[in-house]
Amino acid sequence: MTVASSSPPTRVRLPGAEAARQKTKDRIRERDGGGNGGDGALAAVFIAPALLGFLVFLLWPTLRGIYLSFTRFNLLTPAEWVGLDNYVRMVNDPIFWGSLKVTVEYVVINIGVQTVAALAIAVLMQRLTKSALLRGIVLTPYLVSNVVAGIVWLWMLDTQLGIGNRVIGAFGFDHIPFLTDETWAIPTIALINVWRHVGYTALLLFAGLQAIPADVYEAAKVDGASEWRMFWRVTLPLLRPVLAVVLIMTVIGSFQVFDSVAVTTGGGPANATNVLQLYIYGSAFGRFQFGYASAMSVALLAVLSVITVIQYRLTRAGHTDLG
Amino acid sequence: MAAVTTTAPRARARRRISPGRALAWAVMTAIVVITLVPFYWILRTALSSNAGLTADPSSPLPTGLTGGGFARVFGQQSTKEALAQGGAGGSIDFWRYLLNSVVVSTLITVCQILFSAMAAYAFARLRWRGRDRMFGLFLAGLMVPTIFTFLPNFILIKQLGLVDTLLGIALPSLFMTPFAVFFLRQFFMNLPREVEEAALLDGAGKVRIFFRVLLPMASTPVITLGVLTYITAWNDYFWPLMVSYSDSSRVLTVALSIFRAQTPQTGTDWSGLMAATLVAALPMLVLFGCFARRIVNSIGFSGIK
Repeated sequence: MTVASSSPPTRVRLPGAEAARQKTKDRIRERDGGGNGGDGALAAVFIAPALLGFLVFLLWPTLRGIYLSFTRFNLLTPAEWVGLDNYVRMVNDPIFWGSLKVTVEYVVINIGVQTVAALAIAVLMQRLTKSALLRGIVLTPYLVSNVVAGIVWLWMLDTQLGIGNRVIGAFGFDHIPFLTDETWAIPTIALINVWRHVGYTALLLFAGLQAIPADVYEAAKVDGASEWRMFWRVTLPLLRPVLAVVLIMTVIGSFQVFDSVAVTTGGGPANATNVLQLYIYGSAFGRFQFGYASAMSVALLAVLSVITVIQYRLTRAGHTDLG
Repeated sequence: MAAVTTTAPRARARRRISPGRALAWAVMTAIVVITLVPFYWILRTALSSNAGLTADPSSPLPTGLTGGGFARVFGQQSTKEALAQGGAGGSIDFWRYLLNSVVVSTLITVCQILFSAMAAYAFARLRWRGRDRMFGLFLAGLMVPTIFTFLPNFILIKQLGLVDTLLGIALPSLFMTPFAVFFLRQFFMNLPREVEEAALLDGAGKVRIFFRVLLPMASTPVITLGVLTYITAWNDYFWPLMVSYSDSSRVLTVALSIFRAQTPQTGTDWSGLMAATLVAALPMLVLFGCFARRIVNSIGFSGIK
């Protein structure tokens, strides 16, 4: 049975297999630098600077950061191995948990608003105009630093003199202490960063929208679908893979918030905006507890890795519905 | 604005005025206004005097028109003058910080792009043992947030004796970023091999081919990447904050945050602070203006890793 059924296909497949084998051989030769085409020496020269940078300023600090999290280290005396002490301390540190809570609150508001707004801008641009000028305008806040963005909004949202509260006052409402009140501060900073990043995110999504074939919309229109319905039934499902990658990128970035908090509230009032990076920075450079600061960095890294994996799984980021 | 206003009537003529489209344009206009108003407000405040800002905070135009804020920021005012106009009277010289920012950003951009392009070429076009494995390692580097490397890198920079120097600020970003290598490799992979083969037949060496043939061909992605790298380096705050302590290595972002922290007795020197903000922001807006179309069109094809 096996002989009879397997011999004809084998004969048919033979030339293909031969070609494939030859291809593999070529690939192996190319990869291993064997044969006449090897450029080992030249490659070593070309790769050397980047490799040096990679090893010294990326790989080594990553390993060293993990190592330091198991030590007590104040920068002046050599690091002293303390096992899990820093992690035990972290778990029992109410300020750490407070920082984590504030950071998560920030990320939820920041990413929630930013994703919806960016999606709206991207879709509006796609359906209204493909003007490069408009895209340029939308991108401008991304060109200034977080520090600039923070200071400008600090001024515009100043309780007494800020134009924001002047407008609110003109409508007869009470002034809002945007950055000096415990409940307002985190949402305000989250929205300031939406202002700075939403354009960039929108352009990424806009690029994703360009990949959706126009005839899908034509077909939907023939079927009499409204713009609103097309968004939910066509745009969103087809944009999902891009949306997933953008979400992972922006969430990771959002968790690292530091600059805008440092220049607007400095962590106050009463630790209400003491985000994790700010607490890590304070532990290292304010109290010289580099070991403890490293342990918190490792914790943040772990949280980010877990979130990435979960998001990737949930959104099936690797798959696309576009045939 | 021109492109926006010219496309609108055309679209309307074609599709008639539907309430949905009108609403969509209204929302888009609101977004543009929210995007741009803060920039106007920086300019308006920088040209106002502090006394004017207190007297008439809602005026849409500069109040008590003055260049005093800029004079203070560039260290052109005496302490007495500065105090009288609502400044902190501390010594600040944004020319110096501007120069520091230019040096650091230029150094990072030129070296990082050159070294990343060389590595990208080696990964894309040269044949050597372990190439794919090493590229995988570089890619894994994308997973590590740079912020995680800051503390250990600070310790390293301190051990190297480079704290409070411009080189210390630039060094960790000088050699590569995994993204730049990845992005440029992708470009080199897509170039037709015939170009190189023709040059090889002419007797050119591979080094010469890289610098004389491939790098010029890559000018579009290199310029896009270069502008984005420059802007990123210019806007960086956390790392320079760790490394620089004094005027000699202070870049604009750090100087700005220090200026903000020196609050004079009369309240924040908003006029001076906005003048300083403008000095920090304007060069990148101009730089972007020169390459806007190219950058805007390449985001998305390069932006998503």
